[in-house]
This record gives sequence, structure tokens and C-alpha cells, in this order.
Amino acid sequence: MQMKLFIPELLANTVAGFWFPSQGSTVAESVDSVYFFILWVCTFFFVLIVGLMLLFMVKYRHRPGVEAEKTVTHNLTLELSWSVIPTLLTIVMFWIGFTSYLDMRTPPAASYQIDVVAKKWVWAFKYPNGWIESELHIPLDENVTLTMASDDVIHSLWIPAFRTKMDVVPGRYTQEWFKAIPPSDEDGPVKYPLEYPLMCSEYCGTKHSEMVTKVVVHETRGDFDKWLQNAADIHKNKTPIEAGEYFYKSRGCILCHSLDGSIIKGPSFKGLFGSERTFADGTTGIANENYIRQSILEPQAKVVANFPPVMPTFKGQLTDQDITAIIRFIEAQK
Amino acid sequence: MATVVDSSNPKSDFPIQYRELNYLNCTKGWKSWFFTLDHKRIGIMYLIGVTVAFFLGGLFAVLLRTELLSPEKMFLSADGYNQMFTLHGAIMTFLVIIPGVPAAIGNIILPVMLGAKDVAFPRMNLGSFYLWMAGAAFFLAALALGGLDTGWTFYTPYSVTTGTAVRTALLGVFILGFSSIFTGLNFIVTIHTMRPPGMTWFKMPLFLWALYATALIQVLATPVLGITGLLLIVEKTFEIGIFDPRLGGDPVLFQHFFWFYSHPAVYVMILPAMGVISEVIAVHSRKHIFGYRFIAYSSIAIAVFGFLVWGHHMFVSGQSKVVAVVFSAITFSVSIPSAIKVFNWLTTMYKGSIRFTTAMCYALAFLFIFSIGGLTGLFLATLATDIHLHDTYFVVAHFHYVMMGSSLVGLFAAVHHWWPKMTGKMFNEFWGRIACLGVFLGFNLTFFPQFLLGTRGMPRRYYTYLPEFQNLHVMSTCGAYLLGLSSALMAATLIYSVYRGKLAPANPWGGASLEWQCSSPPPHNNFDHPPLAGDPYVMESVVYNEEIGGYVPVECQGANKGSVTASGDNEA
Repeated sequence: MQMKLFIPELLANTVAGFWFPSQGSTVAESVDSVYFFILWVCTFFFVLIVGLMLLFMVKYRHRPGVEAEKTVTHNLTLELSWSVIPTLLTIVMFWIGFTSYLDMRTPPAASYQIDVVAKKWVWAFKYPNGWIESELHIPLDENVTLTMASDDVIHSLWIPAFRTKMDVVPGRYTQEWFKAIPPSDEDGPVKYPLEYPLMCSEYCGTKHSEMVTKVVVHETRGDFDKWLQNAADIHKNKTPIEAGEYFYKSRGCILCHSLDGSIIKGPSFKGLFGSERTFADGTTGIANENYIRQSILEPQAKVVANFPPVMPTFKGQLTDQDITAIIRFIEAQK
Repeated sequence: MATVVDSSNPKSDFPIQYRELNYLNCTKGWKSWFFTLDHKRIGIMYLIGVTVAFFLGGLFAVLLRTELLSPEKMFLSADGYNQMFTLHGAIMTFLVIIPGVPAAIGNIILPVMLGAKDVAFPRMNLGSFYLWMAGAAFFLAALALGGLDTGWTFYTPYSVTTGTAVRTALLGVFILGFSSIFTGLNFIVTIHTMRPPGMTWFKMPLFLWALYATALIQVLATPVLGITGLLLIVEKTFEIGIFDPRLGGDPVLFQHFFWFYSHPAVYVMILPAMGVISEVIAVHSRKHIFGYRFIAYSSIAIAVFGFLVWGHHMFVSGQSKVVAVVFSAITFSVSIPSAIKVFNWLTTMYKGSIRFTTAMCYALAFLFIFSIGGLTGLFLATLATDIHLHDTYFVVAHFHYVMMGSSLVGLFAAVHHWWPKMTGKMFNEFWGRIACLGVFLGFNLTFFPQFLLGTRGMPRRYYTYLPEFQNLHVMSTCGAYLLGLSSALMAATLIYSVYRGKLAPANPWGGASLEWQCSSPPPHNNFDHPPLAGDPYVMESVVYNEEIGGYVPVECQGANKGSVTASGDNEA
């Protein structure tokens, strides 16, 4: 661990400004301007309060022989002025926060739709053509609306660069929209595709802090469509084992199933295929294609002894071809 | 050693300063403590309990901060980390801050301030302490039975599905709720019915106004938390759908119920501390409090508005846009009474004669920290900025500035201000002030970097984080170590004084409220004769007497200096 002892460097933020990550969406600018308005008002009052406090501490410190001077104990004009002026300022804060909020929370009618399913501890972004990806790919300069649902507990989708966040609640749909903009090119030319972190901000259990992925912003709609087509053609472009490996890494299998024999939450994939499994009810079976397929679609049907029945189903999220690829990948883990 | 005045000397015109026989030693043996009905002894037991819980919660905090020195694993697993922050939050909230000022300090001081012998219902008061211990036992049991990993907020459906000891902890919360209600009820009745002659509502010390406002919240809001906890237990045990969508429940409903209590509970934590600051600043500046009525009304206003703002915890929860807008607007209203108090405290210091005693140093630290804590609340009340800042370290920093930096620093101020009254001993001011400086610096170093972490994109409750956040985390952890050491120094200074401290005079700081009229420590019945109450902030009513080392009523000063005796060993 490298410790930098020089304070300004410690406080510096290499990827962004002093307070915020770079502005990646249309609302970021208005959110930041609301923030800085409040910051200036607060700085003024903080300096006023602490300044007066320090002044009084020095000027009216106890000195032998000097008693406190008797002053008036109330003054209506003063009381009203420090009640009314802050009230007026907070009304301004409320108003600019409110109008900016309405813009953030009202998805435009013409908007590219992406469905989101959150589950412990992985994101699934489903595109109109049916392709599911664990990273969020979007085109630049285009309205995007996410319609979000959760498979288990409450999650929250936060993209700091876009200044937007919404809880993902089981049992209901929530929505969030944004329009990515080009970042400022002060630090040299901007390289596409842009990447920003996207994270879960509502506590959701053991690997809450690993429920982090990225937003990939493509420069043009053409680039985005090309990426989407290419991604959806995974079975054309890759061998089944490569495709299986992709699903293993991107759909969350990797969070619970290791490849090196160690136990995370579920059994390791190493040497799994073809081995004999003992289940929680005492029965046994061979881990063949049908067993693996069933375990993906109905995970609670045959739970291996001594493992908790916690795996979520992937029904509707993987096609038959995808499952075949995963089986071939598991088979390759000798 | 301070000069003491003996009650047996009929020639002395001074009030009795110190009594050899007082509430601490008038009866002996553990039974005389555990079955006592004396509000002061119950308060002392609360203070000891709260202190133990504070150091336990603090230990968890230091372990958490140590783990966060690096995004890699230091020594805790992810599950261990999650349990640690849950227990830190739950213990600090339910066992330390909520009972801290009201149940510990309030119990000892409130009846004496009223010139009364005890609270209205002494048995209920003892019952409240037993319930606190039972609640604490349930928390410890939860720790032993596999811990708790829900966060102190118990959000559903996570809390319904997790395998940890949620039910045990919720029962603990339920029982602690009753403890809090008992204290609140007792204080309301005591203040209504036992004020001494001459003490009208607007002649009460402001600490009593603050405790009264707090008690109203305790009595009205806590039942909602109790029933919410029970509903969650029922849901978890019998699979009845209330909050879990899997069973047909609504998880956001839980958040409404939870915050309907837990937002007002924030004011249960801060209001008594504000009351303490009103007393400490006036007494140690030797000035009449400025704007008495505005401070008193602002306490009540905070208690009332506090009930109407819970939805601001849920701006991104999926509640409707209209509801969010309404809650944002009302939330701003609660910031005004706090601002009024701060300006009144400052104006009280104007043209005063400020003594930098340890208690005053904590009060000044409070002003600094509470200003930051209060002002950063504005970013979170504003809808647009809250969307970005919600559930980040910005929120963590904000509520620690209010809960730790203000509520607990207020408690520290109270302990130092009333320590001579409670124990009859003076602590070492030098070490007290060093500890205060350490707490102030350590606190700000711990939590100020967290504002930056939040705006830059660090979510709260994260076991691991992006590497660019490490510098700020390291700073924060260093601050936590300093804060921990300083708190330990504070405790050591105070405990040392119990055994080696100078005897305290009745009125070491020059307070004009009634508790300074009885000896330090007070006798079992507080006052031999019911005192007559005047304006509690006329500091000119007492003057400093060098022989006694404290303040005496102005009418005693003068001719009788020779009659002060140096023995205090007998008490009728």
C-alpha cells in the first residue's frame, strides 16, 4: 500500500474534478449547479458562524477583573431576520432542486428502452433484440430509459457520472433515464467508447460492494448497433467453450462457482462434469448435461448436500444455445 | 483542596458546598443500587451502561475503519464487515445516543433542576433502566447467535431473507423502545406537575424545554417502531406477507414505517444535546441566554416538524414524485429552528466573559461541527442533489456530523458540565481540554473526507472500493484512531477524578439554575427545603468566592467570609 503523505495530492482526484466525477449526462450539469449554489450559501453561513464564534472567543475571553457586560436578552428584529432570510434561501434551494428533479425523473417519450434485472450481485441489461449483457452499453446523445426490476432484495442503480440513481425494488418496476453527452475535452481528446462505473448503492448482502459494473458509451448509434449485433451473434463468433466462458463471467456464475476447486458459495466447476453428486435429500446422480441444464433453470430441484439453496433461476435469461455453451465450458474444467 | 462548607456550622451563611453523606454513599451494597428508586443513581447506572456500549460500538467503528484502509482484504471477510457496520450502527443508535443525554444526564439533572426530590414515577424510572439492560442483553444475544447483517435499518426484504439473528435484535429494539417511552413519559409528567413555585413554563431552563420536546417524540414515535419490529418478526416467523413481495407484501411500506419513527428519533438524539449547549454556553460565557423564547419554541417546532419529514429518506425508493416533492419542501422547514438556535447561541457569547473550560470547549466544538452537519443537510433535502448523494458516504458524513459530532459531543459537554454535580469531584481541566481537542480534530479528520468520497462516487456500506478512493479512506481511518484515543483519554481523565479529583464546590461554573444550589454531590433528597426558582439565566445572581473556589449567591458574599469552615464530615 503506497501512502502519499503530501496532503494536496492526497485530496486530488485523478479521474475528475475536486468534488465530482466528470459530467457524463445532460442532467449532471444542472445537478452540479444546484450543488454549487447550495455550497456557496453554506460556505457563507459557515464562515459567518465560525468567524463570529472565533471573534467572540478572542474578544470576549475571560480576563481577570473584567465581567460579562449586560446586554439585551432578546431582539425581535434580529430573531426575525435570522428566521426569515434562511427561510427565503431554502425556498430558492427547494425550487431549483425541484425543477431539476422533475427533469431527471420524467423520461422523454422518444427514448431507447433497456430492461434491467438486478439480483444478488449482478446486473442484467436486456436489449430490445433479446440480448442480455452485464454491462450497460448505450449510444451517445440519445435518450435511454431503463425499466428496472429486482429478483430478490432491493438494489439501487447509480451512475455517478450521470448523477442519477434509482432503487430497484422487487415486486414493482422503477424507471430511470438519461442522455449521455460528450465529456469536456480539457484533458485532451476524448476516446470512445467512454466508460463509467455503475454500482449498486442499496445494501444487498455479502457482495454488495462487488455489484459494480460499467456503462459503455458508444460515440454514434451506428457503433452501438454494431456492438449489439456482434454481441448477440456470440454463437457465430465464438466457439461454445468461449461463449460459455463469457456467460460464466458476465452473468454472475463466477460469483459463487470457482474454477480452481475452492468453495465460494456453490460447488466449484473444477472436475464437476461427469462426477457423482450427493444431494441434500440423500439421493445421488451424475452431473451430466441434463443435470446442469436443470440446475440452471430450476436451481432448487437438486441441491448438492451441504450447500445452501440460494441459487436464483436463470429461466428466460439464457437461451438453449447459451446453456449448451455453458455446459461445454463446465465440461472443459477438468 | 477546595474549601468546604459544613452544614453543621450554623454561623455560615454560605449554602452547603459538599456533603460527606450524599446520594452516592448514603446506602451501600449492590442492592442499594439495583433496587434504588433514586433518579440520580439510576442516571449513574445509565451513564455507566451507555459508556460501556459507546466503547463497544466505538471498537466496532475502529475495526471497520481499519478494514477500509485498503480495498483489499485486511482482516475481515465481507460478511464480517457487514455484521460489524450493522452492530456499530445499532449499538450506537439504540444503546448509546438515544438514551445518552435524556436517560443518563436527564435522569440525574432534570429533577434537581426542578428543585424536586425525584421524577414523578421513580419505579417506572428504574423499570426503564432494567428494560435498557434487557434490550442490551438481546443485542449481545444477537451477536452470539450468528450476528446481524441487515444494517441498523433492517430494510425488507433483505431482513426477511437473511439467516442472521434478525428476530433477536428486533426484540431488543422493541424492548429498548419501551425503555425510551418510560423515560419520556416520566419526564413529561415530571415537568408538567413538579415544577417548583416561581418556575413558570418560560422560566424553565432550556435544557428542560429540550428534554420535554424530546419526551414528546419518544412517547409518540417509538410505538411505531415497536409495532414495525413486531410485524417483521411475525412475517419472518409465520411467512405472513407484510413487507416481502414474495409473500405479497410491500418492501417500501417498511421504509415508511421505519422512518416514521427513525426520523423523529434523530431529534430524540439531537434535541437534548441542543438543550445542553444552551445551558453550557450561557453559564460559561457568564451571560443571560439570548432569545430564550425563540430557543424554547424552536425545540417544540423541531419536535413537530420532525414528524412530517420522514419521506426524505426515500427520494430514490420508488415513492411517487409528488410525495418526494412534498417531503422535500417540509424538510427545509426543519432546518430553520436549528439555524435560529445557532444564531442565538452565538449572540449569547457576545460581550460575555468566556471561560474555556472543558465543557465550553466541547460546546464550541459542537457549534463548529453542528454548523457543518446542519448545512450539509440542505444538500440532502434538495431533490436534485439528493438523487446523486443518497446512500453515499456524503450521507454517512452528514449524519455522523449530527449524531456523533453534535449529539455525542453535546453529551460530552453535558458530562463535563455536570460532572462536579454528579460526582462531587473536579476533573483535571488540562487533560480534559487535550481530550476535547483530540476529539475535535479526530472527528473532523474522520468524517470530512467522507463528504468528498460521497460526491466523487463512493457508495456507503461497501466492503471494497475503487482504488482512487484509498487516500481519502486512509485519512478517515487515521482520524478514527485519533478520535478513539481521545475518547479513551476523556474517560480516563474523568474516572481518575473520581478517585483523586479535588472536592467540587456546589457551583463551580457559576450557573444560576436550581441544580447549582444544592451541594455537590446532592444528598439523597436533593434539597432540604424546596428552593424558590427565579430566572435561570441571571448569572449576576451568583459571584465567585475564592475561598470556596466556586460561586455563591450574591446575597451571601460579603461579611461572612470568616465563617467558612474547612471540615465537612458530618451531616444530619
